[in-house]
Amino acid sequence: MTAILEESRGGRILPLTGNYAVAMAAKMARVQVVAAYPITPQTSVIEKLSEYIEAGELEATMIRVESEHSALAATFGAAIAGARAFTATSSHGLLYMHEWVHWTGRARVPIVMAIVTRAIAPPWNIWPDHSDFYDQRDAGWVMGFAMDNQEAFDLTLQAFRISEDPRVYLPVMIGLEGFILGHTTMPVHIPDQEAVDEWLGPRRQGFVIDGSEPLAHGNLAWPEDTEEMFMDIHRAMMEAKSVIREVDEEYYRITGRRYGGLTQCIRCSDAKYVVSSMGAWSGDIMEAVEKLRGEGYPVGVLRFRFIRPFPEEDVAEHLAGKKLVVVFDRAISFGSMGQLFMETVAHLAKHTGKLPVLRNIVAGVGGVNVEWREFYELIKDSIDRFEEGGELEYFTWYHKARR
Amino acid sequence: MGESKPRPRPPLPYNMRDVVLPGDAACPGCPIPMGWKVLSAVFGEKMILVIPASCSSVVVGAYPGNSLKASVVHVAFASAGAVASGITEALRRRGINDVQVIAWAGDGGTADIGMASLSGAAERNHDFIYIMYDNEAYMNTGIQRSSSTPYGAWTTTTPIIGKTEHKKDVAKIMIAHGVPYVATASVAYPHDFYAKLQRAKRIHGFKFIHLHAPCPVGWRFDPKYTARIARLAVETGLWVLYEYYDGKLRLSGPSRPYLDPSKRKPVEEYLKLQGRFKRLTPEKIEEIKKYVEWNWEWVKRHM
Repeated sequence: MTAILEESRGGRILPLTGNYAVAMAAKMARVQVVAAYPITPQTSVIEKLSEYIEAGELEATMIRVESEHSALAATFGAAIAGARAFTATSSHGLLYMHEWVHWTGRARVPIVMAIVTRAIAPPWNIWPDHSDFYDQRDAGWVMGFAMDNQEAFDLTLQAFRISEDPRVYLPVMIGLEGFILGHTTMPVHIPDQEAVDEWLGPRRQGFVIDGSEPLAHGNLAWPEDTEEMFMDIHRAMMEAKSVIREVDEEYYRITGRRYGGLTQCIRCSDAKYVVSSMGAWSGDIMEAVEKLRGEGYPVGVLRFRFIRPFPEEDVAEHLAGKKLVVVFDRAISFGSMGQLFMETVAHLAKHTGKLPVLRNIVAGVGGVNVEWREFYELIKDSIDRFEEGGELEYFTWYHKARR
Repeated sequence: MGESKPRPRPPLPYNMRDVVLPGDAACPGCPIPMGWKVLSAVFGEKMILVIPASCSSVVVGAYPGNSLKASVVHVAFASAGAVASGITEALRRRGINDVQVIAWAGDGGTADIGMASLSGAAERNHDFIYIMYDNEAYMNTGIQRSSSTPYGAWTTTTPIIGKTEHKKDVAKIMIAHGVPYVATASVAYPHDFYAKLQRAKRIHGFKFIHLHAPCPVGWRFDPKYTARIARLAVETGLWVLYEYYDGKLRLSGPSRPYLDPSKRKPVEEYLKLQGRFKRLTPEKIEEIKKYVEWNWEWVKRHM
């Protein structure tokens, strides 16, 4: 577990898969409506929620819709009508609902959605990468990504608080890799329900359409008014940074866990080289970095917990002034580079006149497994070649043929 | 002016303008506000209209204005059924039961792109009313063919030959779903539409109403004839008004005489008023007549 468990705050520890951890968090947030459509590897999230509901453990309505497009549409309907609403999907399901990802973001309706990530076909492939997640970057959603099952639970619960904060009022999506987290069991600390209830509070949203007063949402608007509404979304997204940090701190109160806000930087303060990443393999990267530290390499890891809003300040704080920055991406924008790398460099350039030497390594696309030892080799090789004054490729697609 | 004769009581309540405010963005002769006025008479402000992309998205007017004094949720094209499902379940969860959720969608948003979400909502039997106002083409984008466009009609995507297929009959599809209530209606018969909404209001579960709505712009007729053309559709037997519930079709009052084919006006009277049928050949008119007969046979079988 990456979280710093500083002291026990009650609760219990359960062995949970990432998907069950997400379902448990949604249950503890007391969601009132769930609308979902099954897709591998998200399936067990909604199976578990169905079980909670049918067993009477969760007072909610499950709308078993006929498609993902309708899943998010129905979730939106429930949310705009005043219910705390949740859904989950993966890959093609997420792409199929993409129209609604934009609609809900631009509608300013608080919703939480879990994305159990999976590669995009063709060819058919159910292994995880980050392509589906990155495809949603421009829709006005706050976007967080877990590293382990504990964080999948914590982030999902935190997502409700962030989404329903009056300074934000935007939907939040939480990513976790399918199978690697989704179907792997780990011990997860679950706080007491009473503590969660008190911390989360009742449903909050900017406006409710429930017939209590005539209210129209989404009417045709002129370009200038439309632009102003979108500027408000951008402002809310910028505000969300401090809200995310606050929520992380307040969450510490009930769980004894805090992550450090939008990013987590391990071994960064005295590092000359920083490796950057998002998702489950950050754990492997941290392991590689620990070994390199043991060998005297001053290297750290900047792990992104959120990419929307983009943690520009964290990037400036932890990457400006470093000698070498290597960004691992588990997705590619075909014809360009890895998405995390592009965004990191664009924001870093704003804060420093002298960029570090930069390297983007794309790997693990299509679900290819990359082990900690490979990260160790890749990082070590990058640093060694840099220190020897050799040429480092700006962009590398690290690929292993199938054995 | 006679001094003693009291004015006859209007059969509809006088609150048709309570919700439908003056100054909407409809074209002259548009059937949409005609339909909304009847909704206003039945539900007043206590309704939430879920409107997918359609002429209605425009007719309500531009931000910050709004011509309806009721709640409106605009939604993406294919989603009226799904969003109405979500709103309905949230209200139920929150214990709100005096508000009517109504999906108000055109024929494109219902018969075509919205069919899956309509079918899903119907199968799950959510407690709301789905109204398909049928102007028989994609009017908002400029009169393109829909699956609900009738045989032979000109549209901008059937510009020379006209549509070569018959209309998709969504009410029949909804009957096949086994939902508690299906009805057809027409903007020319507001009392009939009013009665059907009143019945739908009392029935728990999914209700579908297929509202025939002639469009002057798309059908190429003088805007003053909207009601006349809608009435002719019924009088020629082309549009049959009925309700279907408890496993039985009940012919509505205005359509009852036309069970007898000799009472029906010739379809030509309906067709000739509309520019969209200008190029119909005698063979095509015969095909339309055959369709009318075939449809009435279906009606009789289910009565």
